[in-house]
Amino acid sequence: MSAAATSVSPGSARFARYFIYATLVIFALIYLLPLFVMIITSLKPLDEIRSGNMLALPQAPSLDAWFKAWGTACVGVNCTGISGYFWNSIKMVIPAVAISTILGALNGYVLTKWRFPGHKLVFGMMLFACFIPFQAVLIPMARVLGEIGLSNTTAGLVLVHVVYGLGFTTLFFRNYYEAFPDELIKAAQMDGAGFFKIFWRILLPSSGPIIVVTVIYQFTNIWNDFLFGVSFASGGGAPMTVALNNLVSSSTGVKEYNVDMAAAMFAALPTLIVYVVAGRYFVRGLMAGAVKG
Amino acid sequence: MAFLEIRDLYKTIAGADILKGIDITLDKGGFLVLVGPSGCGKSTLLNTVAGLTDVTKGDIVIDGEIVNDLHPSKRDIAMVFQSYALYPNMTVEGNIAFALEMRGVPKSERDEAVRAAAKTLQIEHLLKRRPSQLSGGQRQRVAMGRALVRKPRVFLFDEPLSNLDAKLRVEMRAEIKRLHRDTGATIVYVTHDQIEAMTMATKIAVLKEGIVQQVGSPEEIYRRPANLFVADFMGSPAMNLLEGKVVTNGAERAIEFAGSGSDGPIRLAMPSSVRETTFVDGQSVILGIRPEAITDRGLTDPEATTVSIVDALVDLVEPTGSDTFVVTKIAGKEITARVRSDVDARAGETFQFAFNLDKAVVFDPKTTKRLA
Repeated sequence: MSAAATSVSPGSARFARYFIYATLVIFALIYLLPLFVMIITSLKPLDEIRSGNMLALPQAPSLDAWFKAWGTACVGVNCTGISGYFWNSIKMVIPAVAISTILGALNGYVLTKWRFPGHKLVFGMMLFACFIPFQAVLIPMARVLGEIGLSNTTAGLVLVHVVYGLGFTTLFFRNYYEAFPDELIKAAQMDGAGFFKIFWRILLPSSGPIIVVTVIYQFTNIWNDFLFGVSFASGGGAPMTVALNNLVSSSTGVKEYNVDMAAAMFAALPTLIVYVVAGRYFVRGLMAGAVKG
Repeated sequence: MAFLEIRDLYKTIAGADILKGIDITLDKGGFLVLVGPSGCGKSTLLNTVAGLTDVTKGDIVIDGEIVNDLHPSKRDIAMVFQSYALYPNMTVEGNIAFALEMRGVPKSERDEAVRAAAKTLQIEHLLKRRPSQLSGGQRQRVAMGRALVRKPRVFLFDEPLSNLDAKLRVEMRAEIKRLHRDTGATIVYVTHDQIEAMTMATKIAVLKEGIVQQVGSPEEIYRRPANLFVADFMGSPAMNLLEGKVVTNGAERAIEFAGSGSDGPIRLAMPSSVRETTFVDGQSVILGIRPEAITDRGLTDPEATTVSIVDALVDLVEPTGSDTFVVTKIAGKEITARVRSDVDARAGETFQFAFNLDKAVVFDPKTTKRLA
């Protein structure tokens, strides 16, 4: 009888499980609701939005609003849609993510395997970059960009994101490489591999999880950034986030909710895709870092 | 001329002297084992030879060339690490070929060399696998293959067997020894295991706190340890070390030890190794005698010239199967004797021990050095 007394009866265990799942489902629905509303709104014509229920499914779904947002919606005074800004963002995010990840990996490599006097101080200062609020660097950064002639350019934005992201990428890679055995580096040295050969042939091929983590983190941050974008690249060179803001705030006359929602979906899609494709590696990479770090 | 020379080598790390004037030479084809307790500097010494650690003072000479400032890859040496350090992202083949690839050896030659090394180590069937798919012993072989394929001037082994289980360790020990015999390679091998040192070396250097205690053949180190540290460190069970006083026993000198309990003092004849040494009466000395030199009367070496028979109380009997170790107490110290396994020795009873003093050595308790 002691077993029955100490263990929960099957009936109540099942009930507890149902309760847990029900709670999870409810919360998942709450989190998904905005996305749902965005998607159905973007598929409805304006009349239906104004007259109907926000949660009602579209009577005749159409992609008109999506095409308009992409090609002909007015952003500020230009009525060419958000496609140009979308490509601006792509042109910004790909080099910025690639450069900051590679530099972070190199920094991590040097800070763990080619230690120099003061390496701790250097790492400490790089960590500091993670804590500086964006707003604090706006004015100095604007001046630097002006001095080197990169104001209002995508290249300038790439530079800003690389500099700002380096603290994080260095932190990720340093902690990952800290757990990487030194003897492998020594063995490679004795085998005749130099600094970069060791990096390319030994270290990078073993860095899959942390590269995924860094890329997702950097991609999300840079793609979603608004402040740097609005500060350093206004007008035609603005990234997607800034254009979305301008699109929503510059609609004259009738507010086209369906177009706004479609544009917002375009802005959210890339990060969504990155998470869906690489999300499980993200979790795995974070765990690996946590256990080994 | 010696092939590998370590001359007056000093290494200071963060203000601490790790190596304090190391002098060791090794002939071509020799097998030098650096042995000592952890923290004695043996691994640091190996790293300086490898070039992974630079020296503070002194020279490392390989084949007549001072290599102090030469990059590890330019010294033409290969190293087997304790953790094997196999590249996890490459196959076994890639691991073994990596050094050749870095040196720009053409693919066909590389494949040939990899196959030859794999054949020597019997790992041909593993070439396409990754290190994570190998057992400890297989990884060990791959690590050796990686060194072997380069045909270096000197092989360095840094405690390569310490991650293996006992049985595999004995196997690999024999394998490395066979490899040395077959290839005639010059090897420097670091270990803290004195049995590894004894079984494989042609030359042993015993280190303690960054100072070489003794360099010599395994036999020299075992039979005539230079000081108390070496005597105690090498050999298992350890050498028996007994403190006593020199007395005159008729025409001969002897060493007298305080007996245990009610027994009178115990006298042992002066060991043959110190026949020529002059002693004064009452001088304290430490007698060192290996367990196998203290036996039952029946096992005494018939050639022995100086044997003392002592009756003592048996404290403990440890049968190992092939022999039996009998522990007794003399002068308040435990001493271990190795007797035949079929001898009837029982704890608490008196047993007759035969001390073969031809095989004993004497140390000065003040300097801890062996008296010749």
